[in-house]
Amino acid sequence: MTELRYLAPDTLDEAVGAFAKAGSAARILAGGTDLLVQMRSGALKPGVIVDIKKIPEMTAIEQTADGGFRIGAAVSGMALAEHRNFGKVWPGVLEAVNLIGSKQVQGRASAGGNLCNGSPAGDSVPAMVAAGATVTVQGPDGRREMKVEDVPAGPGRTNLKPGEILVSFTLPPRPPGSSDAYLRMIPRTEMDIAVVGCGVSLTMNDGIVTSARVGLGAVAPTVLLVEDAAKALIGSKLDDAALAKAASACSAACRPIDDKRGTIAYRIKVAGVLLKRTAAIAAQRAQGK
Amino acid sequence: MAKVHVTTTINGEPMEFLCEPSDTMLDALRGPLALTGSKEGCASGDCGACSITIDDRLVCSCLMLAVESEGHDIRTIEGLAQGEKLHALQQKFLEMAALQCGICTSGMLVASDALLKKNPDPSEEEVRFWLAGNLCRCTGYDKIVRAVMETAAEMRAH
Repeated sequence: MTELRYLAPDTLDEAVGAFAKAGSAARILAGGTDLLVQMRSGALKPGVIVDIKKIPEMTAIEQTADGGFRIGAAVSGMALAEHRNFGKVWPGVLEAVNLIGSKQVQGRASAGGNLCNGSPAGDSVPAMVAAGATVTVQGPDGRREMKVEDVPAGPGRTNLKPGEILVSFTLPPRPPGSSDAYLRMIPRTEMDIAVVGCGVSLTMNDGIVTSARVGLGAVAPTVLLVEDAAKALIGSKLDDAALAKAASACSAACRPIDDKRGTIAYRIKVAGVLLKRTAAIAAQRAQGK
Repeated sequence: MAKVHVTTTINGEPMEFLCEPSDTMLDALRGPLALTGSKEGCASGDCGACSITIDDRLVCSCLMLAVESEGHDIRTIEGLAQGEKLHALQQKFLEMAALQCGICTSGMLVASDALLKKNPDPSEEEVRFWLAGNLCRCTGYDKIVRAVMETAAEMRAH
């Protein structure tokens, strides 16, 4: 057995240096709720683990001057739920993060890990995509920003370059009349993997949708931003015709797999149904109902 | 192989131990620390039998590395009773037979305690959702949920 080295640097520069130096043998440890399972099953044998939780930026939740939020990549779901303001501004993102595993898992698991795992079914990802969140990544060549939807490359893969570490999420400020929601379809109420996950973020003015974003999970190799669904909602009062058009756009965007949780036909149909339900919840919240 | 020296606090007491970098917190608790109340069920975060808290947050000790406890406040089932006096939850679990084989019990108690600290007046639905990460093969959950509800009511009355 090769020896495992554990590093817990205090600064991002040290973490980036150590991570890049160790190359493909290195793994980032945030909450560890997936990494430790993969290590135990033998699927992964990292030579170096870089624990990023001692880096203040990675565990901070900060409301920016413009009213947006910056969330460290290693912030746990439980820490996000305990923040006094985050859930009021982004209830859909919070409910998505707090559908990841059990309370025990939420005590550790982070949105950063959820995204970097590259699972098409990660619950926080469609909600982050709907929110229009961006991420800051840092690597040997410096910092850059990416859209959340550009991070996953396929199941288990990301578009991060070798040596790059996800640092934080940035969520934009919310104009009045804005809210969001996330729903997923699973065979039981807790502790399962989404068959379909749908995040919707809306801004409404006098009952009319002025802006919208739709994220869809578990129906393609990566989480999808469904722009056609958003277009169908914008300018509408969320009447049946607009919702039907947006639901069709969601179904049309699906390229799902058949597995024990759901068939292709089922996932395609459920994607449309979930869009309607999620949009209705987001709209109620946006209008303060 | 180089063992790592870890300094932490467990149930309010400063502790030091040596571990391999790949050891989980559960390995350390049940090994060098000789705190065997936390049970290993699945070792993959599904069953909750190894539940502990770190800085008051509920976690599975099988899903964290022992080295990650450095400088943190760890609480285990061994810290629930005060000396010989059982915690109200432990007493109620006994009275209401909210356990059978006992493998899940310490995790159930640690998780329930974390819930009641956060929310002293949970609804039955909240209790059931909170304990969804703790599996029990014997009780059918109902006795456990009732014991937690009843303990919460008694603790509120005091």
